[in-house]
Amino acid sequence: MTARLDNLFRELREAAGQLLRPAQYMEVCGTHTVSFYRSGLRDLVPGNIRLISGPGCPVCVTAQRHIDAAIALSREPGVILVTYGDMLRVPGKLGSLEATRAAGAQVRVITSARTALEIAVANPEATVVFLAVGFETTAPATAATLLEADRRNIDNFAVLMCHKLVVPAMLTLLRNKDTALDGFLCPGHVSVIIGSSAYRPVVEQYAKPCVVAGFEPEQMLRGILQLVRQSLAGEARLENIYQAVVRSDGNPTAQRLMAEAFVAETTPWRALGEMPASGLGLAPRFAHFDAVRRFGLTMGEDEDDPACRCGEVIQGKVQPVECPLFGRGCTPITPIGPCMVSSEGTCAAWYKYNRPAKDLPQRAERPHASVTEAVT
Amino acid sequence: MCLAVPGRILKCDADDALVDLQGNRVRISRVLTPDTRPGDWVLVHAGFSIATVDEAEALETWDYLRQAYGPDFATELEIESEDTGNSEASLAKGLSP
Amino acid sequence: MIARMTTNRSTERVMLAHGGGGELTGRLIEEHFLPKLSNPALSTLTDGAIVPINGTPVVFTTDSFVVTPLEFPGGDIGRLAVCGTVNDLAVMGAIPTALSLGIILEEGLPMDLLDRVIASIARSAQEADVPVVTGDTKVIERRGEGGMYINTAGVGGLHPGAHLDLARIVPGDVVLVSGTLADHGLTIMSVRAGIAFDSDLRSDAAPLNELVARLLECGADIKFLRDPTRGGLAGVLADISARANVSIEINEASVPITSTARHAAEMLGLDPLSVANEGKLVCVVAHDDASKALKILHAHRHGKQAAIIGRVTDASPPLVELRTRIGGRRIVQRPYGEELPRIC
Repeated sequence: MTARLDNLFRELREAAGQLLRPAQYMEVCGTHTVSFYRSGLRDLVPGNIRLISGPGCPVCVTAQRHIDAAIALSREPGVILVTYGDMLRVPGKLGSLEATRAAGAQVRVITSARTALEIAVANPEATVVFLAVGFETTAPATAATLLEADRRNIDNFAVLMCHKLVVPAMLTLLRNKDTALDGFLCPGHVSVIIGSSAYRPVVEQYAKPCVVAGFEPEQMLRGILQLVRQSLAGEARLENIYQAVVRSDGNPTAQRLMAEAFVAETTPWRALGEMPASGLGLAPRFAHFDAVRRFGLTMGEDEDDPACRCGEVIQGKVQPVECPLFGRGCTPITPIGPCMVSSEGTCAAWYKYNRPAKDLPQRAERPHASVTEAVT
Repeated sequence: MCLAVPGRILKCDADDALVDLQGNRVRISRVLTPDTRPGDWVLVHAGFSIATVDEAEALETWDYLRQAYGPDFATELEIESEDTGNSEASLAKGLSP
Repeated sequence: MIARMTTNRSTERVMLAHGGGGELTGRLIEEHFLPKLSNPALSTLTDGAIVPINGTPVVFTTDSFVVTPLEFPGGDIGRLAVCGTVNDLAVMGAIPTALSLGIILEEGLPMDLLDRVIASIARSAQEADVPVVTGDTKVIERRGEGGMYINTAGVGGLHPGAHLDLARIVPGDVVLVSGTLADHGLTIMSVRAGIAFDSDLRSDAAPLNELVARLLECGADIKFLRDPTRGGLAGVLADISARANVSIEINEASVPITSTARHAAEMLGLDPLSVANEGKLVCVVAHDDASKALKILHAHRHGKQAAIIGRVTDASPPLVELRTRIGGRRIVQRPYGEELPRIC
């Protein structure tokens, strides 16, 4: 281990030692969740700091009805459905895209939205439907691709919009009084686009410390350290320690493209329900690219398994092992809830990287007490 | 939620760029970072550059870049030089360990 | 609900992920093949079977090869077909004697591509010093661009120095790999449609029979060998742990991976430990003989970057645990199936 990391661990242990009750911080981003596990950092953080994985995995939170719509579209004659590899195993009521492909549908994995356009150009007789998922990090790529399709008059291209927005989800979590959080480790790559200033409402309206951090162990460790220091000082500030790529105002070009192509709208999140202004739809002038409209699709309803506790896992109220389905029917091969679906989902990461029966749930006592105020 | 990796632009071609990701050369779109030039570091996500990165900050932030980019690395990369000829020189500078 | 769908035999179909060499491949074999085909030799589920012929143990193995595209940096389907079967024999402790070659050609396959693949088969067989002694060709209707599928089988006698047996693995034994990991699988990703990028990566496909023979002859107590193909190092270690009922502790910083491979994996969202190799060995050796085995590996052209990556422990329950670069720990599990490039 480098001396820099050594020092950070020492500082974190010292700071954590001054906390009078365990502190709970949410890493909003699924990539943070996985990085915590993969790097072994979760194992090394002092025991009185609990890291809660938030709703920050766009795959996990894609609603059943959207998966079902994608499956229905992929079954339309002449349709090539393209999407990121993350989406293939996400279950809807009709199964998964992977299983639909096995049954004969044309489903292709891409690593860039522009490949979707290339496929459309190469297959003029087909309609290429792009299942567009992701948070603000990924949405600008969809916007740029749409604008290009429009410019080049590529009319055998359509989009199934499933993009989601992070800050509205964070605010919804905070409005819920049960959520016991002492601060947020904010998603580094979403912040590249939206800018660190986007978290001001979290800090100002809810007085929760926010630290924007990258995904290297040192970044994450420093992020937690800054959160603990804010907690100890009784502060709620917005800090950006990922200055290599995150600016206060984000990426204005990307924001402009998104504003041109999209409008914010109410959208369903798996296990969390509908949240206002938390998703992106197509701007009216691009409505003809809307796959739902083009194929006259009726969106179905979601029927989440009632035993699934993903909603509470995402809100940090319970840990994966507290769910009756975890490891018993709900596994990475046969995922039921969203947190098991993506490899970066809380439950999948827990399942994959944790020793069995370890990390049994420990609830933070009196979560709303100040961390510097003695718990009686 | 979002994997993104730092790389360096070798060549620009209208809205496209060829980016070196430590021996992997990926064609990306740079429409989200229109001011980029050959030699610039960018953060790449899903086939698009989403931010420019200061070189010193890149090496400071990504541990594996510090480990991997030895002093002779700059000479191995064929970065399309701009007419000023400055890009090569400024690249080599920041790469010394 | 998918969980219920997959248990419904009447509607279930084979998915690509069933061929990924992970958890799903395991289920396919255990639920669909073993119940009807089980016998003591097959049930060991090793890389090949040991069958007695006139009282002499003969090692017999078969493997099929499907890869798109057929040619890629560092190799082609022909080289894979020879090396794959030669290596399966070698890691069983056999001295490969002869190969069969079954080829299925798709109508439309360019003849010069076929010629290049056959030439590659010839070169690889010569390099391995194992002749192709019998073969078969079939042509099927065109399905796509004109493809090619190869099956090779191989036989060999047991090497007198081979005492390979999972049951001999004990805590304290040392785990080695013969070189850098993930090069093959990432190379294939780099040339796959929809993903394609230009890369310095090259497939590591190589015959390992000579290297294995050197190991078995060096006097070191070699307890187990395996070539980490589909499922990668993670798959092999998880298998060893489960079958030998031991824990394995791996040191992340010791696992050899080139920075090009590491970066490609990072970009595609793949774990290099789960990515396929076609010219590497995982070797479990008695503690006191580890440096001897390492020296032998280093002296061979296919083992120059060999490294000691971990050890067998008696930690309970039996698991594979990775000690990370920053000193943390995490579990390494068998991958689930076909590894897909991710953006998240």
